[in-house]
Amino acid sequence: MAQATPFPQDRTCPYHPPTGYRPLSEQGPLNRVTLYDDSEAWLVTGHAEAQALLTDPRLSADRQNPAFPLLARRFELSRREPLALLGVDDPLHNKQRRTLIPTFGVKQVAAMRPGIQRVVDELLDAVLAQGPPAELVAAFALPVPSIVICELLGVPYADHDFFEEASRRILRGATAEDSEAGRLELMDYLGDLVDRKAKAAGGHPGRDATPEGVLDELVRDRLGDGTLDRDELVRLALILLIAGHETTANMISLGTFTLLEHPDQLAALRADPERTRDAVEELLRFLSIADGLVRVATEDIEVAGRTIRADDGVILSAATVNRDTTVYPGADDLDVRRNARHHLAFGFGIHQCLGQNLARAELEIALHSLLARIPDLRLAVPADEIRMKPGDTIQGLVELPVTWGRG
Amino acid sequence: MRVSIDTDVCIGAGQCVLTAPGVFTQDDDGFSELLPGRQEGVEDPMLREAARACPVQAITVATE
Repeated sequence: MAQATPFPQDRTCPYHPPTGYRPLSEQGPLNRVTLYDDSEAWLVTGHAEAQALLTDPRLSADRQNPAFPLLARRFELSRREPLALLGVDDPLHNKQRRTLIPTFGVKQVAAMRPGIQRVVDELLDAVLAQGPPAELVAAFALPVPSIVICELLGVPYADHDFFEEASRRILRGATAEDSEAGRLELMDYLGDLVDRKAKAAGGHPGRDATPEGVLDELVRDRLGDGTLDRDELVRLALILLIAGHETTANMISLGTFTLLEHPDQLAALRADPERTRDAVEELLRFLSIADGLVRVATEDIEVAGRTIRADDGVILSAATVNRDTTVYPGADDLDVRRNARHHLAFGFGIHQCLGQNLARAELEIALHSLLARIPDLRLAVPADEIRMKPGDTIQGLVELPVTWGRG
Repeated sequence: MRVSIDTDVCIGAGQCVLTAPGVFTQDDDGFSELLPGRQEGVEDPMLREAARACPVQAITVATE
């Protein structure tokens, strides 16, 4: 029998799923794929099947389960400690999530919009003052969410070079040792931050004062009443900090590039900026930067005429699911006028992205302001010279050189 | 239509508010709730879409 298709694969175009996945979705909604270590797992590419499985309690997100499939060798040491929120099952997951739901509510995020706008405006002021040209990942796409999550959590943004590099090593480190070392460094840093906040909460901030944020509330309320212990709080802080900047940064850079590469869609958006919200939803669907939602079956599950056995790995390809033509006609075309609802870019089920409304607000404000402030924004290098991140991590651009005016 | 939300199941994703803002809101803790007077007799075309968008199927829509 032929070897199953390898997963994950690198994208050949930054905004399309790897062409190597195409035969899979043509074969049916559920197929076998081969992982980096020659083990096999199920890959789900059908929208209905993905939604059904992501709400099925017989699929576990527990990364410490030895049968939990890994997408790259660099994650081999990541089973040592539990991964808060996205790597644990209910009831522990529910307890952790409920602690944070009030922070990321629709009203709370609406109240953050003026602050996000201020961050975006100041960064664009600097881009315009220093350019053209500009490298938009470092000058805009990364600092927007990085500053916003720092202000929200109470992490000093002055430390951003450190935590951005640690996050990069965790997600894209060369080896398992490098990835694990990045995680340990970030855990140490956040542990120290939490300890300083606990000291401040005890009335002794001294010279160790840190910016006030959600972590301070968690220290006061949850460490105080014993609903969270220190290590669990530090693990939550790690997830919030990484997920809070890495994903949105990739969406801003890749979203900008994708619009520049679709001039008709960019023109439609410029003609009607009220459409920004729909455009963001369509870009989330179209780009699906967090491909490969990973689970392990704890019992046998019948799906689409196949049987997923207990201990089988199950991977849901959000990028492929979101191109399901039975749900999105002409799915491979970017269409900012489309109704892109029900996409799985933020996942589905109990683990659906906690920060999704914050991400939407950041993307709307960042893209709208960027296009308004620099009406003639364009790539500074040919599109095929733009480097992207490898297929086994969150998708995005390494750099986005742009120019405008006579630059 | 008659609408109900299982608040024990709700994870505060806000999909219902996003999809049918004429029916749903969130309380101060970020959990979904119905706008005043929207439990019964709701005729919002986006209501069933909102129920479908809920990632944890916390919304029940019943024909009265």
